[in-house]
This record gives sequence, C-alpha cells and structure tokens, in this order.
Amino acid sequence: MSIEQVVFFVLGFVVLASALTVAASKNLVRSIFMFFVTLFALAGLYVFALADFVAITQIVIYVGGVLVLMLFAFMLTNKEVLNNLQKSDGRFISFRKLPALLVSALFLLILVNVIIKARPDSLAWIQASAQNANVIQATDNMVPNIGVGLMTRYLLPFEAVSIFLMMALIGAAHLARKEEHKF
Amino acid sequence: MSMLTYLLLIGAGLFCIGLYIVLVKRNAIQVLIGIELILNAAILNLVAFGKYDKLYNGGQTFALFAIVLAGAASAVALAIILNVYKQYKTIDPNAVDQLKD
Repeated sequence: MSIEQVVFFVLGFVVLASALTVAASKNLVRSIFMFFVTLFALAGLYVFALADFVAITQIVIYVGGVLVLMLFAFMLTNKEVLNNLQKSDGRFISFRKLPALLVSALFLLILVNVIIKARPDSLAWIQASAQNANVIQATDNMVPNIGVGLMTRYLLPFEAVSIFLMMALIGAAHLARKEEHKF
Repeated sequence: MSMLTYLLLIGAGLFCIGLYIVLVKRNAIQVLIGIELILNAAILNLVAFGKYDKLYNGGQTFALFAIVLAGAASAVALAIILNVYKQYKTIDPNAVDQLKD
C-alpha cells in the first residue's frame, strides 16, 4: 500500500466518521463544526480525484460562505429553544428513529449493491477514455481548460446558473426583510 | 477495485448519512446540514467520473455549478428558517403546520 492510498483511505474514513458524528451529535454547534471537518476532508478527496479547482471552490464557498451562514442562523435563533428540543431522548437508536435508520440502511444496501454490480471500472466509456488517453493525469493543469470551457462549451449552463443565483439573491433578500405592511 | 469505486462507495455512504439526518433531526438547521451532505455526495460522484473526461471537463464544471446551486439554496433556506423562527418561535419542522392565516 503506497502512501497515497493510506492518505486516501484516511480521508474517506474522516468523511464518513465526521458525517456520522453530525448525525449522532445532540449539540447543534458541535454538529455544525463536524460538518466543517466533513467538508474539508471532502475537499481532500476531490484533490485525489484530480479536481483541484473544485476542491478550492468547495473550501471557499462551503467553509467560507455556507458554514458562516449556518452559524449566523444558529445565533439568530434562540439557544434555549434548541436545547429543550434536543432533550427528548438520549440514545442514538430509539424507537422514533428506527424507521429512518431502516430506510437509510436499506438505501445504502441498494446503492452499494448497484455500485458493486455495475463495476464502474469496466464501463464502456471509461475503458474508451482510458484507451484514448482522455484520463486526467496528476501532472495536468486543468484550470485553464475549465476556464475556457466555461466561456465556450458550457456558456448556456453558466448563464442559467448566474440568473438562478440572482433570483436566489433577490428571493433571500425579499424573505429576510422586515415586514412593514401586511398584504 | 480502483479509486473510482471507492469514491462512489464513499459517496453512497455520505448520501445515506444525509438521508438519515434529514429524516431524524428535529431542527431545521440540522436538516439543512443533511441536505448539504446529500448534495456533497452528488458532487463527489460528479468529480469522481469527471476524472475520465480530460477533453471537456464535464464532471468538474458541473460540480462547480452544483456547488454554486447548493450555496444559493442554503442562503434561501436560512432566510426561510429565520422567518419561521420569527413566526413560530421554534425551528422544529414538526411544529410548522400552518399556512398563512
């Protein structure tokens, strides 16, 4: 086992373990900060999939934007209410949680089965791209290619996303404003 | 098994943990965290397959779009959570059971 594989599996373990801690934690602040750890480890996995630009974007947008928003929302909503809310039961597995546990465990079973049966390494298009040397190598720099692609091949989705982003911005500002006159 | 398979398996695990969080948590912010975990599992799959598209970078480009959409969605969701808190004084999704008037 090479050192890369060790780091890869450690990162994968950290992703799953911290996500499980988010699920198990009673404390909202602790779960938000474990979510932070999950996002960082996921950025590491993106680097292993040779998508360094996506990894940096993940850190900038999620850790810089979404997480701060979540902390803001936590601080603006009352703390005592949250504490009372979480005191219902202490155990991880309880009767109330059993259906959800069952649903997610069975879904995991189905997904793992599908992935193993599909054998993604021997898919036709992946074999073809490996033969045509269309696989990204660790020495390649993909950032210029992504930039050119955004302005040529992916221009329409790029513009659609920009319009969507503006709509979301206006919608969020409209929702968060002080209501002075009722309709 | 190659790295692609392991990435897909990690994505599947992340998706199911997110699903569990969405179903179980009684706090809108934690439900939102679950949704973000599900979105991240999808982005992980896009990135994992994007390695095999050096020419057009389809997977990585759409992973970027998905990250942007997730950021916009969480901003709107948090604005809604703040409004719900103003109205009901709680952010338990089970307690929110009335339409306007």
